[in-house]
Amino acid sequence: MRYLFSVILCLWPLWTMAQDWEDRQVFQGTDASRTLRILSSTDTSFFEPIIASFLAKTPELSVEYLVIGTAEIDQRFRQAPDRYDVVISSAMDLQLKLANDGFARRLGGVAHPDWAQWRESLFAFTSEPAAIVVNRAAFEGQALPRTRQELIQALRARPDVFRGRLGTYDVRDSGLGYLFATQDARASETYWRLMEVMGSLGTRLYCCSGDMIDDLSDGTIAVAYNVLGSYASARQQTDGRIAVILPSDFPTTMMRTGFVSSQAQHPQDAARFVRHLISLQSDPVSKDSLPLPPLSTDSAGQSAIALEPALLTYLDGLKRQTFIKEWVSAIVQP
Amino acid sequence: MTEGVQVSGSLRTRLAITLTGGAAVLAVLLFIVVRNYAAQIAQQGQDSILSASVTSILDAAVIRDGVVEIDFPYASFSMLSTPMDDRIFYAIYQDDTLLSGYGDLPRTSGTATRAYQGSPVRLVTASRVLIGANVRTRISVTVAQTQDALSGTLSRISRNVALFGAGFFALATLLSIWATATTIEPLKRLTTSVTRRGPQDLSPVAKPVPLEMVPLVASLNSLMARLGQSLKQSEDFIAEAAHRVRTPLATVRSYAEATLQRVDREENRQALRSMIRAIDESSRAAGQLLDHAMITFRADHLERDDLDLVDLLRELVLRLTPVAEMKDIDLHLQADGPVIINGDPILLQNALRNLIDNALKYAPGESVITIRVDAQPRVQVEIRDQGPGFPPDEIDGLTGRFSRGRNAAGTIGSGLGLTIAQDVAAAHGGTLALSNLPEGGACVTFSL
Repeated sequence: MRYLFSVILCLWPLWTMAQDWEDRQVFQGTDASRTLRILSSTDTSFFEPIIASFLAKTPELSVEYLVIGTAEIDQRFRQAPDRYDVVISSAMDLQLKLANDGFARRLGGVAHPDWAQWRESLFAFTSEPAAIVVNRAAFEGQALPRTRQELIQALRARPDVFRGRLGTYDVRDSGLGYLFATQDARASETYWRLMEVMGSLGTRLYCCSGDMIDDLSDGTIAVAYNVLGSYASARQQTDGRIAVILPSDFPTTMMRTGFVSSQAQHPQDAARFVRHLISLQSDPVSKDSLPLPPLSTDSAGQSAIALEPALLTYLDGLKRQTFIKEWVSAIVQP
Repeated sequence: MTEGVQVSGSLRTRLAITLTGGAAVLAVLLFIVVRNYAAQIAQQGQDSILSASVTSILDAAVIRDGVVEIDFPYASFSMLSTPMDDRIFYAIYQDDTLLSGYGDLPRTSGTATRAYQGSPVRLVTASRVLIGANVRTRISVTVAQTQDALSGTLSRISRNVALFGAGFFALATLLSIWATATTIEPLKRLTTSVTRRGPQDLSPVAKPVPLEMVPLVASLNSLMARLGQSLKQSEDFIAEAAHRVRTPLATVRSYAEATLQRVDREENRQALRSMIRAIDESSRAAGQLLDHAMITFRADHLERDDLDLVDLLRELVLRLTPVAEMKDIDLHLQADGPVIINGDPILLQNALRNLIDNALKYAPGESVITIRVDAQPRVQVEIRDQGPGFPPDEIDGLTGRFSRGRNAAGTIGSGLGLTIAQDVAAAHGGTLALSNLPEGGACVTFSL
C-alpha cells in the first residue's frame, strides 16, 4: 500500500505535466541541445510552419509546443512563469495584464509599430477579426446576414430553424470569448440585444472556436457568433458547408500577442523566436504562405482592439462579476 | 618695463573669472530651477490624470441590494495610456476589505510615490462614502502608475534645459570676454601714453579717463609734478653747487700757476702741475654739470630758431683752433654749402663743442680732425679723429652719465660730454651714433 502510494507520488508531477493539454508536441531541431517551451492558445496546425521555419534557422533548438485555452494559459503561467519561455495567446487582455504585472521580459530594438506592441515586451503579430459563421444549409434561399442587426432579424424571422442551433463562446471559460464579448458590449448595445435573442432561442456555449466550427460543419448548429475568423476562413477553404461573415456594422478585431517570460530558462532563444514571429508576419513573401493572417497594415490600431492598459478594465473582479451576471441572465435563459 | 613690479593677480583674469564664474553659477541655478519646475509640472500632470481615473472609478460605485457594485468605465484606465506604455495598478477597498485589484499595492492617502514591483510608482488615493438603505460604507480607490513616461519627459526637458544653460554660459562667457577687454582698454591706453613719453616728460596726463581711474591718474599726475619739482630742485642744486665751486677753483688755479712760476724744486713743480691738472678737471666737470643742467632744462622748453649749422660749426672751429694748435691738430671743416635747420642754437653749439672737445682730447698730436656736415639724406655732423677710437666693448654704454672709456684715464673729462650731445640730439628728435673707423680713429655721428 505504502509502496503504491509512493509510486503515485513520484508519478504525480509527470502525470499532471503530461495530461490535460489540448495538444502537446515536441519539434526536434536537427542539432538540438536546448528545448524552448512555448505556451500557446493557437492550434498546433497553425503554428507548425512557423516553428518549422524557426528550427530551420536555429537547428540547435527543439520546441515544445503546449496548447491550452486562453484562460488556462493565464492561470498556469502565473503559477510557474519559469517553466515556459514564450507565451502566445489571443486573449489580449490577459496577455496585457501578464505584461503589466511584470511577467514579460523587455526586448530592446524590435522594430515594430507602436500600436502593435506594449512596453517592448508584448508584441502583436496577427490581426484576426471575430466572425459570424453560418451553416449554408440553414440559409438555403435566404440572404446571409451582413450585420449583427440583420442576424437578429434573421433569427427572429425563423425561430424554429435556429432554436437550439446557435453557438458562441462561453465567456466564463474562454479568455478570448470574454475579450470579444466585452469589446462588443463596449462598442454597441446591439450586442446585448443579440444575446437576448440568442438566449431566448437556446444557445450552446463552447470553449473554443475549433469545436464551434466542427459543429457548424456537421449542421449541429446553424449560426455561431464571435468565432475566430482566421480559423473559420481556414476551414472554409476546404469545407463549402460553412460561410464566414465579417459583420460590417463594427468589426471586432483581435491581435494575437506573444511575449518572453521574465523568468524564461532560455531568454535569448525565446527572444529570437519572438523576433522570428514578428519578422515572418511582416515579411511580404512569407506572410501569404502562413496560415495565420498578418497584422493588417491599414489598421494602425483603429479597427483592432487597442493594446493599452484599459484592457485591464474588464479583468477587474467586480467588473467581471457584473458583466458575467448580465451575460448569463441574457444568454442562459431557463 | 615690468621688472621689479610685484604682480598680484590680474584684473582681467579676476574680472573674467568673476563674470564667467557668475555665469556658470547662474547657468547651473537656471538648470536646477527650471528642471525642478518642469518636474513639478510633469508630476502634477500625472497626478491629475490619476485623480481623474480614481474619481471615475469612485463615481461608478453604487449600492445595489446592499452590495457594492463598481461598473467603472473603460476610460478609467484608457486615460492612463502613455507613450512609454506605463504599467498601471489599482486597488479598490470597501472599508478595509479588498474588493478588487492588487491587494499588495501600498495603501496611502492622497498622492504618494512608492516602490512597487521593483519600480517607482505614483499613487493617488481617494475615497467616498456610500449610503444605502441601511448601510453606510466607505469605498476607497487607489490607482498607481509607473513613471517611465514622466522620466522620459523629464530627461528630455533636462537635456533641453542643459543645452539652454550651456548656450547661456557660452554667450555670457563671450560677453564677459568682451566686457573685460573694454574695461581694461582705458588702462592699456594710459599705460601706452605713459610708456611712450620721453624720459624728461613729466607733464600731467591730459587725456580724459574713466571716472574710476581718476584717482589713480590724479595721484600719478601729482606724483609726476612732485617728481618734476624735486628733479628740478636737484638740478638747480647741482647747477648752483657747480657754479659755486667753479669760481673759487679759478682763483685757486691762478694762485697755483703763479706759485708754479716761483717754485724751482722739480718735485714741488711736479706737485703743483698735478694740482693744476686736478683743478682743471674739477673745473671742467663743474662746467659740464652746469651745461648738462642747462640742457636738461632747455630740452623741455626748446627755443627753436632757424640757423645755419655750417655757420655754427665754423664759429666753433674758430674758437677751438687755439686749443687745437697747441697739440698741432688740424681742425678740418667740410661742408658743401649752408645747412639750414630749425633748432636751439645754444644747445646745438654746446653739444657740438663737447664732441669736438672730445676729439681734441683723444686725438694724438699732429693729426687731423675732420668735421663733415651733410644735408642729405638727413642732416648730420660727422666728427672723425685719428685717435685710438672707442673701446669696442664699451661703445654702447659711453653715452651714460659720468661714464668714461677705459682709455680715458689720462685725459681730463667728466664723462658728461657724450651725454650732453646725446640729450641734445634726442631733444631735437635725432640720434648720436658712435663708431670706430676701419683705418683707426673714432667717428661720432650727430644726426638730427
